[in-house]
Amino acid sequence: MNGKSKALKAAFPHTIPIFTGFIFLGTAYGILMNTKGYGVGWTVLMSLMGFGGSAQYVAITFLTSIFNPIYALLMTLMVNARHIFYGISMLDKFKDTGKLKPFLIFGLCDETFSVVYSVDAPEGINKSWFMFFITLLNYLYWALGSAIGGLLGSMIEFDTKGLDFVLTALFVVIFLDQWKTGKNRRPAIIGVLSSVICIIIFGRSNFIIPAMITIIGVLTFARKRLAGDN
Amino acid sequence: MILSSFQTFIIICMVTIGTMVTRFLPFILLKGERANNPYITYLGRVLPYSAIGLLVVYCLKNINFKDPVNFLPELIAVVFIAILHFWKENTLLSIGLGTVFYMILVQMVFV
Repeated sequence: MNGKSKALKAAFPHTIPIFTGFIFLGTAYGILMNTKGYGVGWTVLMSLMGFGGSAQYVAITFLTSIFNPIYALLMTLMVNARHIFYGISMLDKFKDTGKLKPFLIFGLCDETFSVVYSVDAPEGINKSWFMFFITLLNYLYWALGSAIGGLLGSMIEFDTKGLDFVLTALFVVIFLDQWKTGKNRRPAIIGVLSSVICIIIFGRSNFIIPAMITIIGVLTFARKRLAGDN
Repeated sequence: MILSSFQTFIIICMVTIGTMVTRFLPFILLKGERANNPYITYLGRVLPYSAIGLLVVYCLKNINFKDPVNFLPELIAVVFIAILHFWKENTLLSIGLGTVFYMILVQMVFV
């Protein structure tokens, strides 16, 4: 086996939870787009270009109201602002990824970030290709899910209520894994508390950017104390 | 479809540009020398932990405490995942069983 297929084989198991989540959420997205009059072609195009779950769900509202591209752009920037954190966190890991780097950045959604950041490539596996395949597989799962949803349209019966919790479960497990290492518990608590407080103050649809600013502020303010954590 | 095909395509482009700006921005702004700045290095080390915390809250943001049906399934499922994960230390098992458990809760128990 050459280096790439070894990296693919090592990457695949880490993407299984995301496969489940993306096929379900992607299918739900395709079905929803269908009910708004958008066929499988539009749905898959959006998933391949925009590739961002929550922003795509929000974008349905832009597609079903008066044409307002500036509003669509600003709302997307707001909903996806948390990606800036992922970029800052990945600066170092992506440093030596060469030609794979643009795609790694392009595909850095919540789920891909959470896995690529928390899982290291096994011994003997090329790190860059390992991260590349995790990113690529997740990207394809999302497109595949959207396509299934777009094709099935309204034929599907919804007895899968609650399945989207798979992504919540994934993040909770990663949170617990980080917690168990005993390192950086305070930044984790700062993340949770800042978000909760900002939801209370700004409401659940507007809390992300205030929460990000609060997190950066607290981390900066407490730098001397927190730098010793790891 | 309310919008024309052209308008739809423009909206898709806007969503794409918006998403890509948020993903590429740090790599464009913090290139070379600035990436070695100790403050940025520090943020890169602690921020992922805060970001996962933010993400967990983001996923659970729709719960409310007015009605037990709107928070108990999430609360119970998260506690279940935590116990299972500290006990068995198996990521896929925790995620899989946690999800099935949540589905049972929202479909059969808290309906």
